[in-house]
Amino acid sequence: MTVLSEAEIRTFVEGATHYFEVAARQPAAIGSPYLVTDGSPAVHEYTGVIGISGRRKGAVCFTAPKAMLMVLLMRMNETDTSDANIKDLVGEVANTISGNARRDFGREFVISVPSVVSNPQGSQAPVPTDVHSYVIPINWRSHSAKLIVCLE
Amino acid sequence: MNDVVPPLKLLIVDDSNIIRRRIERSQQHDRLKVVGTAANGREAITIFTKTQPDVVTLDLTMPEMDGIDCVERLVEINPGVLILVVSALADKATAVEAIRRGANGFLCKPFTDRQLNEALAELLEGA
Repeated sequence: MTVLSEAEIRTFVEGATHYFEVAARQPAAIGSPYLVTDGSPAVHEYTGVIGISGRRKGAVCFTAPKAMLMVLLMRMNETDTSDANIKDLVGEVANTISGNARRDFGREFVISVPSVVSNPQGSQAPVPTDVHSYVIPINWRSHSAKLIVCLE
Repeated sequence: MNDVVPPLKLLIVDDSNIIRRRIERSQQHDRLKVVGTAANGREAITIFTKTQPDVVTLDLTMPEMDGIDCVERLVEINPGVLILVVSALADKATAVEAIRRGANGFLCKPFTDRQLNEALAELLEGA
């Protein structure tokens, strides 16, 4: 089973940090990344999923509660906080962080278009269960979200 | 008598509605007027043919037809079009490939309003 290197994890930490600094114009506090060894990590109400293919295979997910996504939309001067736009946003965050990772992973790190799931309470991330996932906690304002990186 | 220069027509192409609206809202260049938006490459070609824009902002990761193929098609239709790629794909090879296929500039997501307007201004300066 592949374990992500410290440098690879740092790529995603920096991606999440950069996203909030630029898009939300307000930095997030990134917690210590941890490895989930037992099943898939739990997710929040909305999850954007990017499938990864090419040299690496797996998925990158950004999962967040509705309240956080609504504030994030407002910080971006978006007045339409409909369910469709909330789903669009959670997919776009996952897409942006995954796409930015190509700066370090290179062009062979192929990302899919985002798919979005709205999850009932206590759902688990839609990632392969035979590959360990890393969770990068993201705390922004009073909200908590997660970036889940699951790569072979 | 003053000569009135008509604004340049801008088409915004991105599969994210939020990004399309953001670019439309944030672009403050008085030489640009938004004439259409599209959510994928195929739709972009249809609207491009219909509205004949002078400038296109174009995402790369999209369903139906991706942005790199779309760049090539747009340039085939109008070799004089100015294309600003606006993408999260941050590797140098992708930017080089987009430029090689006919794009004129590359702006990496996420971006600030200022970065967007500077990228558009730079694009128009080269026009």
